[in-house]
Amino acid sequence: MTNSVAKPLIYQFGSATFIKMMGDMPLVSLDSADLLDAVSFLRNEMAFSFLLDVTAVDNLDIAHPSSTRFELLYLFRHGEFEKTLALKVAVADPEEGVDSIVPLYEVADWLEREVWDQYGVVFKGHPMLKRILNHNEFVGHPLRKDYEITKGQYCTQTQDMMDELQPLMDAKGLDKERDELMILNLGPSHPASHGTIRTLVALDGETIKAGASEIGYLHRGFEKSCENHTYNQIIPYTDRLNYCSALMNNIAYAKTVEDMMGITLPDRGIFIRVILSELSRVIDHLVCLAAGLLDMGAQTNYWYLFNPRNDAYDFLSKLTGARLTNSYMRIGGMTHDLYDGWRGDLYDILHKVDVGIAQTLKMIEHNRIYQDRIQDVSPVTAEQAMAYGFTGPNLRASGVPYDLRFTSPYYYYDRFDFDMVVGSVGDTHDRMMVRFEEMLQSMRVIRQAAVAIPKGEYNVSDHSITMPPKAAVYNTIEGAMNQFKLVYEGVKVPKGEHYGAFEAANGELGFYIVSDGSGTPYKVKVRAPSFVHMAAYPKIIESYQVADAIMTLGSLNIIAGEMDR
Amino acid sequence: MDLSNSDILGDAIVTTRVDAVINWGRQSSLWPYVFGTACCAIEFMATAASRYDISRFGAEVLRFSPRHADLLVVAGTISYKQAPILKQIYDQMPEPKWVISMGACASTGGFYDNYTTLQGIDEIIPVDIYIAGCPPRPEGILDAVIDIQKQLWREPTMEVRNKDYKGKLDDE
Repeated sequence: MTNSVAKPLIYQFGSATFIKMMGDMPLVSLDSADLLDAVSFLRNEMAFSFLLDVTAVDNLDIAHPSSTRFELLYLFRHGEFEKTLALKVAVADPEEGVDSIVPLYEVADWLEREVWDQYGVVFKGHPMLKRILNHNEFVGHPLRKDYEITKGQYCTQTQDMMDELQPLMDAKGLDKERDELMILNLGPSHPASHGTIRTLVALDGETIKAGASEIGYLHRGFEKSCENHTYNQIIPYTDRLNYCSALMNNIAYAKTVEDMMGITLPDRGIFIRVILSELSRVIDHLVCLAAGLLDMGAQTNYWYLFNPRNDAYDFLSKLTGARLTNSYMRIGGMTHDLYDGWRGDLYDILHKVDVGIAQTLKMIEHNRIYQDRIQDVSPVTAEQAMAYGFTGPNLRASGVPYDLRFTSPYYYYDRFDFDMVVGSVGDTHDRMMVRFEEMLQSMRVIRQAAVAIPKGEYNVSDHSITMPPKAAVYNTIEGAMNQFKLVYEGVKVPKGEHYGAFEAANGELGFYIVSDGSGTPYKVKVRAPSFVHMAAYPKIIESYQVADAIMTLGSLNIIAGEMDR
Repeated sequence: MDLSNSDILGDAIVTTRVDAVINWGRQSSLWPYVFGTACCAIEFMATAASRYDISRFGAEVLRFSPRHADLLVVAGTISYKQAPILKQIYDQMPEPKWVISMGACASTGGFYDNYTTLQGIDEIIPVDIYIAGCPPRPEGILDAVIDIQKQLWREPTMEVRNKDYKGKLDDE
């Protein structure tokens, strides 16, 4: 058996073998000796121009692994976005490692660094293979199965980062003394860097000549924590990935697990998820724009945009009991149905958001100061954006029409009447204005969904997945046992692996999950859009001023929770 | 204020204690430095916005230089990587200074009981008020500010606070 997407690759390379389908994604195993050639073939001949993610699996705890201890996984997406492909490469010796694919995909730089940091797999020829999420004094590789989860290590001193900045300066022929450059830390403790992003820049006056970013200040061990919690216990952790749109992470994660199990929600459940996803997208963009405008001193707009957001949080509080971190979803549905009278509350919020956007746009749209500060600042061309691995509003701002809701629709998105928002030059202006327009489009979807939502069940009725009714738990021994087993052992997910992609507020949010058949995942990897966007940040702020860099960071909407995980 | 009667006090003298005057001034002009790293920082933003309006309690002058601030609000998860930076910020703040630990992560590590998360900021800096919640609601932050205001009335005004504190990152 083979697969039409993977066929050219398998035909070309003797070691390439089709393993199975992960949903729509063919998984192909490959010998590490062929890696560089095969990836080059994938990119140049088969037009898989998007590298989504690179990660590793540690097979130490698997009873009879079919392969070596470490396996690498490369996820690709076709340049026309619909087709995807995964490569699996067995690593004979992690110290020896495999070839780096950085020469082919710029985005691989940080992705490979993370694999080395977390798993200790070496990438030969990588330009700067050093720690990225963990601190520089850290010993060991925490995502290895033999690294104990609670073994923390104190960091006494922050690294100076010149080992990264100096080569960049040398490459440009810059000398600190001769060119009278100032080396300056922007962050991590800086009001515009969210307290977690550090960029070391070489300044000539106000102009950034070279820069290097350091992340990991909010690394919270999400992926390791997933490995000792049941599938439903992970939902609160997903809230805290992109905490500006927590519900959307809940949904993306639950959907991936449901796809692994081959279950589909009843229509009412799907509609609730669509409404809440789009509302979360609106909230996320509101926060991004409000904070971005505040960073440039446009404080009035902050109030205009933050007040409707607070009203949206009132709605979410009423529905889920929490303002920010809702944990409302469960595998197979959600905790409870919408409350009576939700529609009126929702329409009220949409109206207030409309007013807030209108007030803000009135202040900025024809405002000379605003326009001059953000137009033609840090433009990213379509080709660059693809090479950097951008997704979501940041990619669309560069004029690339890629939105998973259109290119591979899920949850009836193909039946809603709304438009994809695409920019033109990909500068800070486009990145911000795309978000303004996307909020309006999301509200179109919400209004249609709120009318079309059917009555009936909202959860999967299989009680090996969702909780039994309380009456059964309290009155029957079967019900009590059912609840106990679900809580104690977790939802059983069939053995296998899966990659699920979701159009989140910041772009393609992917979960790669490996299950060993138990109620706890063997491995969870998040493909976080902000991680990828951040990797490009020091490159795109070059030759602009410090004040521009602040606006660029705001417009990329880097959320540290999902970036550092 | 109607100033037309401002001369009714004439040359009156009010006697009071120095502490009372200083504390009266301090309690309504706490200048926070928000060490925001994660989800809690988003809720702090809500507290500063018009609905909850932290300026009602005189604590709205957010400073982004630790040298201007006397109230450190640690809002968010502190990783081991972040810890030396938090300590440096705290050390740069002039006396007297107070610390609010906002949310589960800052207070105890929260549900991030793992290799990367500091299990409570009180391992490295002294804390005056802990706020429960993940994240706490804005009312919780306001409550903590009021608690700090009450607390400073109970303390001597001219002494360095927390002299005996020894954190994990302090020199031996």
